[in-house]
Amino acid sequence: MDAAHAIASGMCGMRAAGDLVARMQMTRGMRLQPAKEYVAAKLGVSVEDLVDPLAMSEVRREKGLGTLIYGECAEPTEPQVMEAKFHIAEVLDVPIACVDGFKKRAIA
Amino acid sequence: MEEGIPTRMGDGSLTRMTRSEIKADIEAGTKAAAAKAKVPPLSDVEQEHLLDIYASKARFTAVDMGEGVIISADGSGTRHIGTRQNDMQCFEQLLGADIIELWHIDYSFKAVKTVLPFEQQEMKDCLNVITSPMQYGAMPDLGRYTQPDGPIANWSELMPLGKIDEARDAQLEAVEQAVDDMVFVADGMAAVGADGIDLDTTGAAGDADFLAALRATEIIRKKHPDMGIEMGMAGEFVLGMHGQIEYDGRRLAGMWPLAQLKAAEKAGATIFGPCVNVNTGKSGAWNVARAITLVKPCMAEAKIPIHMNAGMGVGGVPMCRYLPLDAVSRASKAMVEILRLDGL
Repeated sequence: MDAAHAIASGMCGMRAAGDLVARMQMTRGMRLQPAKEYVAAKLGVSVEDLVDPLAMSEVRREKGLGTLIYGECAEPTEPQVMEAKFHIAEVLDVPIACVDGFKKRAIA
Repeated sequence: MEEGIPTRMGDGSLTRMTRSEIKADIEAGTKAAAAKAKVPPLSDVEQEHLLDIYASKARFTAVDMGEGVIISADGSGTRHIGTRQNDMQCFEQLLGADIIELWHIDYSFKAVKTVLPFEQQEMKDCLNVITSPMQYGAMPDLGRYTQPDGPIANWSELMPLGKIDEARDAQLEAVEQAVDDMVFVADGMAAVGADGIDLDTTGAAGDADFLAALRATEIIRKKHPDMGIEMGMAGEFVLGMHGQIEYDGRRLAGMWPLAQLKAAEKAGATIFGPCVNVNTGKSGAWNVARAITLVKPCMAEAKIPIHMNAGMGVGGVPMCRYLPLDAVSRASKAMVEILRLDGL
């Protein structure tokens, strides 16, 4: 069912920019179109690019926002997970609680 | 003679209906919703669009390119394979979920409170391997606070005895405990870095259940200003188990989706999930027409994203375990395109 929804009408998460738009909905309560426009502006791409996995994989690599590990065979030297979330918080200008917690706990 | 088109009933069973029969069901579904909730029926154009989606033999259907919405995949930590963490990684890496949700099999804040440190550790572990935003989901689940499972007198037993005041008092007592538990769990999840909390299936035990979620939301919002709070409903209509409870000057019992949304916004939710239950004896087209009609008034007035519930037995998705792709994709496309949803 979840896969059916994702394919039929989803933004497909990290394959494109679904996770980034989702952050603006969760953290800022933005509705879909303003959230898409906000993310597109921050990334310097068009709203249409946000659901294009090819365009977004390049943008994500360029800005260090994390890419799919299995599907794209990401290089281990590229930012992944927590490293990527540091970049996401900075690029989207939005707080990410686990990033803040990481900084707090890692830098005593 | 018109050709029969394969389509689904609300229980997922395959049947055949002609285009005219599907059209009649769409009209009946929207009229049924309009009459019950006193909202406008779908326009002729919207009904025609719905008919095009449902009078099709296609195995799968989808929205147009570029029209995707956010999928807040509640229940993504189900143990389909291995561990909950494995499963959530699959949802992120393979299934295209936009929001990942950790949850406990009891799916109740009261139960989760007793195992919170374990759930916090699981959340922290997951946050270290998952890039997508993660929320923790459970139900307010007010019924769990009643005897024999909980400490409070059981209002479902008191009411048949005519002890109405006692039943109402018991519900309000349960609200206080449920609020404490929801805030306790939210605090714990915030402490380990969760991106959000999902108060799911809100209102399942009626208006007092809804009140508990609203009050908890107010407190969580004040304590954690940047935490996502998704409030998903249990049904299209808030049951009046208490009957007199008000929030922000409005009676909760009898609220339809638009009034529910207003209450959720007032409390401080960042995502609202309206829910419309499926009638298993009616066709998928009838159910989707009814669901869309009931939720449509929300869309023009919402200030926060609307993620309509579209799982088993809600939002026009059939009530069955192994959901057919044709039924899910039709409901998905219909709701997103006609309602212009923010997510599912």
